[in-house]
Amino acid sequence: MLRPPPSFRWARRVFLTLLTGFVLTPVLVMVSSSLKPLRDVQGPFRWIPSELTFRPYLDIWSTVPLADYFVNSLIVSVSATVLSVLIAIFSAYAVSRYRFRGRKLFTVTVLSTQMFPGILFLLPLFLIFVNIGNATGVALYGSRGGLILTYLTFSLPFSIWMLVGYFDSIPRDLDEAAAVDGCGPLRTLVRIVVPAATPGIVAVSVYAFMTAWGEVLFASVMTNDTTRTLSVGLQGYATQNDVYWNQVMAASLVVSVPVVAGFLLLQRYLVAGLTAGAVK
Amino acid sequence: MRINRLAAATALVSVLTLTATACGGGSTSGGGDNSSPKTLTYWASNQGTSLEHDKQVLEPELRKFEAQTGIKVKLEVVPWSDLLNRILAATASGQGPDVLNIGNTWSASLQATGALLPFDDATFGKIGGKDRFVPSTIASAGAAGKAPAAVPLYSMAYGLYYNKKLFEAAGISKPPATWDELVTDGQKLTKDGKYGLAIEGGNVSENVHHAFAFGKQHGADWFDAAGKPAFATPEAVAAIKQYVDFIAKDKIAAPGNAEYAANQSVTDFASGKAAMLMWQAAGASLKSHGMNPDDYAVAPIPLPAGASGGKATSSMVAGINLAVFKNSKNTEGALQFVKFMTGNEEQIQLNKTYGSIPPVKDAQADPAFATPELKTLSNVLATSAAPLPQVANESQFETLVGTAVKNLLAAAAAGKPVTEDSVKAELTKAQQQMPAG
Amino acid sequence: MTRRRLGLPYLLLLPALALELLIHLVPMVVGMVMSFKRLTQFYIRDWSTAPWSGLDNYRVSVDFSAPIGRSLLNSFWVTCLFTALAVGFSWLLGTAAAVFLQESFRGRGLLRTLFLVPYALPVYAAVITWSFMFQRDTGLVNHLLVDQLHLFDEKPFWLIGDNSFTALVVVAVWKTWPFAFLTLMAGLQNIPRELYEAAAMDGAGVWQQLRKITLPSLRPVNQVLVLVLFLWTFNDFNTPYVLFGKSAPEQADLISIHIYQSSFVTWNFGAGSAMSVLLLLFLLLVTAVYLFLTSRRRGADA
Repeated sequence: MLRPPPSFRWARRVFLTLLTGFVLTPVLVMVSSSLKPLRDVQGPFRWIPSELTFRPYLDIWSTVPLADYFVNSLIVSVSATVLSVLIAIFSAYAVSRYRFRGRKLFTVTVLSTQMFPGILFLLPLFLIFVNIGNATGVALYGSRGGLILTYLTFSLPFSIWMLVGYFDSIPRDLDEAAAVDGCGPLRTLVRIVVPAATPGIVAVSVYAFMTAWGEVLFASVMTNDTTRTLSVGLQGYATQNDVYWNQVMAASLVVSVPVVAGFLLLQRYLVAGLTAGAVK
Repeated sequence: MRINRLAAATALVSVLTLTATACGGGSTSGGGDNSSPKTLTYWASNQGTSLEHDKQVLEPELRKFEAQTGIKVKLEVVPWSDLLNRILAATASGQGPDVLNIGNTWSASLQATGALLPFDDATFGKIGGKDRFVPSTIASAGAAGKAPAAVPLYSMAYGLYYNKKLFEAAGISKPPATWDELVTDGQKLTKDGKYGLAIEGGNVSENVHHAFAFGKQHGADWFDAAGKPAFATPEAVAAIKQYVDFIAKDKIAAPGNAEYAANQSVTDFASGKAAMLMWQAAGASLKSHGMNPDDYAVAPIPLPAGASGGKATSSMVAGINLAVFKNSKNTEGALQFVKFMTGNEEQIQLNKTYGSIPPVKDAQADPAFATPELKTLSNVLATSAAPLPQVANESQFETLVGTAVKNLLAAAAAGKPVTEDSVKAELTKAQQQMPAG
Repeated sequence: MTRRRLGLPYLLLLPALALELLIHLVPMVVGMVMSFKRLTQFYIRDWSTAPWSGLDNYRVSVDFSAPIGRSLLNSFWVTCLFTALAVGFSWLLGTAAAVFLQESFRGRGLLRTLFLVPYALPVYAAVITWSFMFQRDTGLVNHLLVDQLHLFDEKPFWLIGDNSFTALVVVAVWKTWPFAFLTLMAGLQNIPRELYEAAAMDGAGVWQQLRKITLPSLRPVNQVLVLVLFLWTFNDFNTPYVLFGKSAPEQADLISIHIYQSSFVTWNFGAGSAMSVLLLLFLLLVTAVYLFLTSRRRGADA
C-alpha cells in the first residue's frame, strides 16, 4: 500500500493502541502480581503492589521442582520439534517432487489426523504404549520418549502441509541443475532444497515447538514425577490448601522468558517462511 | 529398494501386532522395579502445602521403613488434578504403583474395577486387624457387604469454624447449634461488607459433600435400597434449597462465593471477611494464611432442631485411604508397608504434620490430637459422620450433583429466583444423566 | 535410477506414515471399537472383556429428548457458536493488524514483537492469568469495568453463568489471533508492490486497494488459515479446561470438555468414544465441504 492518507493513519493509531492494550494487559497483570505477597494477590486487584517483594521468584523453585519440569519440557519439545521437522521434510519432499501412486491418499490421510479429537485416542494410545513396553521392553509410558513421539505426530500434518507448499515454490530448475552435476535425490534435498527452504523450516519448527510446549491433556496422563512437563507442573502451585497466584505468575514469566527470546530471534525467518508455505 | 519395502512392511506388521496384543488388556508387570521383591512404588496424594513439602515429610518415614524391613520405597507425589487419571491409566494397563493413596469417596468406584486388593479379614489380620480403626472410616473404604478396597490413612470431618472476635462484636455468645440459629447469627454478622458465612460454591466436590450431609439431615439418601439414584426426592430438594438459600434467601453468604473454586472461602474466613466457614481440618490452612489460632474456634456443623439418628449427620467421613494394587508383584511387601503406615507411630507423626485425624483409635489418644479443633472433629467423626454413598457410580453422583448445586448457586448469585421447582429440575436432570445400572 | 525413483518416495514417507499409524490411526480405530462397547469402570481393567453394546452408546448420545443427548446437543451448539466467534474475531484482528503493519512506520518492529507474546506464553500460564483476572470480587476485569469505568452497578460474574461464554471467547481470541496475524502478515509480503502502484496510478484510494488487491491476494493463505483455526478451536481442550476446571458452566460447555467429563471424569469410555466419533464425523464433513467449496477454482492440484 502506498502513501496512506490521514484517515488511514488515524484508524491505524487507534486500532493498534487498543490492540496493544488487549495483548499486554494479562502480561502486565502477571508482572504486577508476581511482585506481590500472597495476601495482596488474594485481595482485590490493584496495579501497584502495596509491598514490593521478590519472594515469589525465590519460592517458585522450592514449591515445585520447577527446574526439573523446565528441563523436561525443553527436552520433550526440542526433540519432538527436531524429529517432526526432519520427518516432515522427507515427506514433503516426496510429495512435492514425485508423482507416485497413493500420493493423494497420503496427503488426505495425514491431514485428516489433524481432526481427531485428542480425547478419542488418549486412552487407546496409552494402552498401546504400555503394550509396546511389555512386548519390547521399550518404556514409552511415563517416559519422555513416549511424549516426544506423541507430540511430534501432533505437529506433523500441518508441518507437512506447509512444507509441501514451500518446496513447491522452489524452482525445479535448481533440482535439475543439481542432477546434471551428479547429485542424487537425497543430496539434492540436503544441498539445494533444504537451504532454499530454511525460513519455512524455521517457521514449521516454531509451530512444532509451541504445540509440544503447551500441551496439557496427554502430558497429565503420560508423565510421572520425573518426566512431568511444565504445562502440567505449573498446576502444582495450586495445592490442597491454597493457590499461590503470585508464584504461578512468577514461574510462568520465568519459564516464558527463554521461549519468548528464542521466538523473537527466529521471528524474521518465520515471517518469510510462512509466506511461501501457505501461498503454495 | 525391495529391502526397504520389506522393512516397511515388517515395521507395520509389528506395530499392528503390538496393537493386537493391546486388546489383551491388562498386563501383569507392575510399575517401578517390582520384579525385585525388595522395592515398592508408592503414589502419595498431595496433603501438605506443596508437592515438595510432601516429599520432605514422607521421605524420612520411607527410610525408616527401609531400615526396618529392607524394602526400598520409591515415592511419587501425585497432584490431585492428575491422581484419578493416573489411577485410571494404571488400572487400564495394569502398570501402576504397588501402594497408592485414594480419596476415600472413590473407594467403591475403584473397588468396582477390581484393580485393588480387597482387605478381607485375613488381609486385615496381616496389618494388625480391623478393630484398630474408627468404624466410620472403615465404612468409607468400600461398598457395604464387600471386603473394603482400602484402609483409612488420614481422616477428616467437617466442622463449623467461627471467628470468635466477630461473634463477640455481634454479641453472639456461642456457636449456632441449629440451622435456624446459624441463619439468625449469620444475618447479625452480615454487615459492613462482611458476611456471616463463606462457601466454596464453584467447587463441585465441596458442594456435593454439603449436599450429602444436608440431605442426610432431611432424610434423603441419594440412592435407594437397590442402589438406584434418587436425587429428585422432596427431601433432597429441601436439602439443596437450604444450602443454596444461604446466598439466595438468607443472604448470609456473599454472592461472589458462587464462583469460588480455589479455596477463596478459606481466605475470606482467615481475613475476617466472613465469620463462619464449614470446612474439613482447616487449621493448617488457616495458619498458613496468617490467622491467629486464638481468633477462631470449631464447633460441630449445626443440625436441624431435634434431629436424631441418621438425621443427626453433621458431616461426611472425609479422608484419604491407602490401597494396594492387585497387580503388585510384591503384595506381601505392600501389606507390610500398609501396616507400617497405619501403625501408631506413623499415624501420629503423619496426621500431626498434615493436621488431620488418625483413623486409628490408639493413635487418636496422642496428646497431639487433643487440640480443641481436632477433638471436636474426631468427636464428629466418631458420632455424627456418615460415609458418602458407597456405590460404583459414586464419581458420577459427585460430578452431577455437585455441578447441579454449582449451577443453582450461580443462578442465585445472579439474582435469579431459586424455587423448589428449579432445584427439582436441576436434580432431575442430574439423575437422568446417571448411567443405567 | 528408475528403480530408485519408484521406491524413494515411499521410503521418504515411511516415517511419517508409520508414526501417524501408531499414534493416530490405530488408536483411533481402537477408540472406535470402544464406542461399541459398554466400557465402564467394571471393565476398564481389561477392556476387551467389556460387553458389546451395539449402537447403544450412539443412540443415547443422539437421543435429544433425554438429558444426556440434550446436553450433548447444547454443548455442540455452544461449540459451534464459540468456534465461529473465536475464529471470526481472531481472523479479523489478525487481518487488521497485518494490514496496519504492512507499511513501515516508527515502532512497527516493537509492535510486531509484542503481538506475538500471547502465542509464546505456555497455554496454562496464559489461561490461568485470565481466570485470575476474571474473578468477580478480586479480578482486574471487574476492577476496570466497575470500579474505574462504572459501566455496571453490580459486579458481573465471568467464570460462572451467562458471561462465562464471553470470557471463553475473549481468552480464545487473545491466544489465537497472533497466529492469524503472523500468517497473514507473511501473506501480505508476497503481494507484488507493482500491483499497488498500478492501482494508485488508476486513482484507487487506500480502502479500494485493500478491497481490490489485498484481500483477494490473501485468498490462498486464508483458505489454509481459516480451516486450521477452525479445527484447532473446535477441538480446543486446554483453554476451557484451565479456565473452568473439570466442570464448565453450561453456557460455556465446549464439546471437548463435555466428552472429557463423559469419559474421564465418570469413567464411561464407551459413551465418550461414541461422542468423539460423532464429533470426528462432523469435522470430516465440514472439512470436506469447505475444501470442496474453496478449492473449486484452483482445480485438482492438491
